[in-house]
Amino acid sequence: MSIEVRNISKTFGNFSALRNISLNVPSGELIALLGPSGSGKTTLLRLIAGLEQPDAGGGQILFHDEDVVDRRVGDRQVGFVFQHYALFRHMTVLENIAFGLRVRPRKLRPGKGEIRDRVRELLRLVQLEGLENRFPSQLSGGQRQRVALARALAVEPKVLLLDEPFGALDAKVRLELRRWLRRLHDEIHVTSVFVTHDQEEALEVADQVVVMNQGTIEQVGTPQAVWDTPANPFVYSFLGNVNLFHGRIHAGQTMVENVRLCVPELKGAADQKVVAFVRPHELEVSRTPYGPDDLQAQLRHVQGTGGLIRLQLERLDTKETIEAEVTREQFRELALEPADLVYIRPKAMRVFAEGGVLDYQI
Amino acid sequence: MAGTIALRKGPATAAPGRAATTEQPWIKWLLVAVTLIFLTLFLFVPLLAVFTEALRKGLGAYFASFNEPAALAAVKLTLITAAIAVPLNLVFGLAAAWSIAKFNFRGKSLLITLIDLPFAVSPVISGLIYVLLFGLQGWLGPWLAEHDVKIIFAVPGIVLATIFVTFPFVARELIPLMQEQGSEEEQAALVLGANGWQTFWRVTLPNVKWALLYGVILCNARAMGEFGAVSVVSGHIRGKTNTIPLHVEILYNEYHFVAAFAVASLLAILALLTLVAKSLVEWKARQQANIDLEPIPAEES
Repeated sequence: MSIEVRNISKTFGNFSALRNISLNVPSGELIALLGPSGSGKTTLLRLIAGLEQPDAGGGQILFHDEDVVDRRVGDRQVGFVFQHYALFRHMTVLENIAFGLRVRPRKLRPGKGEIRDRVRELLRLVQLEGLENRFPSQLSGGQRQRVALARALAVEPKVLLLDEPFGALDAKVRLELRRWLRRLHDEIHVTSVFVTHDQEEALEVADQVVVMNQGTIEQVGTPQAVWDTPANPFVYSFLGNVNLFHGRIHAGQTMVENVRLCVPELKGAADQKVVAFVRPHELEVSRTPYGPDDLQAQLRHVQGTGGLIRLQLERLDTKETIEAEVTREQFRELALEPADLVYIRPKAMRVFAEGGVLDYQI
Repeated sequence: MAGTIALRKGPATAAPGRAATTEQPWIKWLLVAVTLIFLTLFLFVPLLAVFTEALRKGLGAYFASFNEPAALAAVKLTLITAAIAVPLNLVFGLAAAWSIAKFNFRGKSLLITLIDLPFAVSPVISGLIYVLLFGLQGWLGPWLAEHDVKIIFAVPGIVLATIFVTFPFVARELIPLMQEQGSEEEQAALVLGANGWQTFWRVTLPNVKWALLYGVILCNARAMGEFGAVSVVSGHIRGKTNTIPLHVEILYNEYHFVAAFAVASLLAILALLTLVAKSLVEWKARQQANIDLEPIPAEES
């Protein structure tokens, strides 16, 4: 079932949590709402579930083209997985999962045996067979999370909503569980929305990523798209490490630091300041200068656990910190020690000017 | 006063050998001795005295003290008062705790303070409030007299005063627990399609049942034993408006010592039963809390 959010706003007292949000989630997709805390992502999720009511004023939430704003939370046929699981602590795993079926009106309630079979099937799905008589307190965090998921799926929701589903787990379990969630989604194909502040998680798991900030949506796109072509400086800096350079356009000439860029698209642009972003791996580091425009920096710190070595550099002119990434081989060739002087120059950058955004390859 | 159920495990036992923070042994023994002497003097001796005095003239006289219309009426009135006040305060307390723990509204802290008011004011004042309200010279007195409704110096006054004095017990037990538990489980139940009633019976109530029972036990003990507030509104009409504590006072003032202590022993027995019930509930609640606090087993991967 598709979800469509149209012109939804939500304020708490004086705080504007969501400002005129519109979003379309195609049927069967797995969408991530990604943003820093306070960006409104959880509020949006709770509005879709019906746990919060949007501000009055014509906003709509459509499930399969049907407005559900006035529908009670229990009638929306959504499954909701809470950040801290919210399992019923006095019920066993079996009772937890069966709850949604047992509270149905008598006419719609499946028989006892049928409920038991459903629970067994769900336990198999979430790989917790044999644990049906445990209490939530006797389970690990990852197991609790999967019980919460099974409980949400038991009522055969049309939409599955997950609030920071892996937020409370340790790093290794997080990684396993999110891959497992992706496989599960491919298996059951229920339209799903999950909230996260972890960009890595969003980019790895979701079909589409919705980047949110201060109650608005900054960008919607596939993980590849938001990573490769961030729509604005916020998305760029929120997704991964990035170096910021300042520049300006003067008389049709774009200058970033000392580098004169040949940008035909900005020839006619008015005089203004611009910002340019460069990812750490887009910086070239060398011991000898390529040209007069190179920036000089001093090596402060080296960190490398994988195939890439991270260099923390300090610019000699502004004392700003710059992060660069080189391969292990390059690092060996450079033979760098802390306090060594190096030259750096960007191989590619993304310039945000008033006239538009453009990628610049050097 | 209301205690709080210990829902947390105590600190782990100290490692063998005296840690830097442990006191000298003699300090420990001194403190234990002081406590024991105090308890003996102020609790065991009076308790023993109650039963000795009650049985001074033998079991026959002891039981004869109850087989008297005024005594029976006092027992009956006490039971009626508790039977009305305790269920009402169970409902009020649950409602108050629910509204405080699960909702945010203006004046919430004021409400919490108000719930504690009956503990803060002298029981005599609590009784006097009702005399000022419903007494003959009170605000509503003339109107009540006109319509032939008796509240002061009658059973309704006693019940009202008892409800007022015992109001905080249930609410105070529930508020911290319900605040700690939050409302996510209720939200989960609602999303799963449960209605408000099902959510209350299947999720909210089971989560607080031990604290609720604990509050009810304390509330009942106080409802049966309340003296001050009830004394003000009762009027001490023998056989009509005397509860057990008031009856004990009358007997004592009239030098019926054996009867006074015999009836008082009823209250003492009630107190002992309350302690036993309270310990049982505490033990049960701690058991449940221990399940909650069980260390999380290692991840099976």
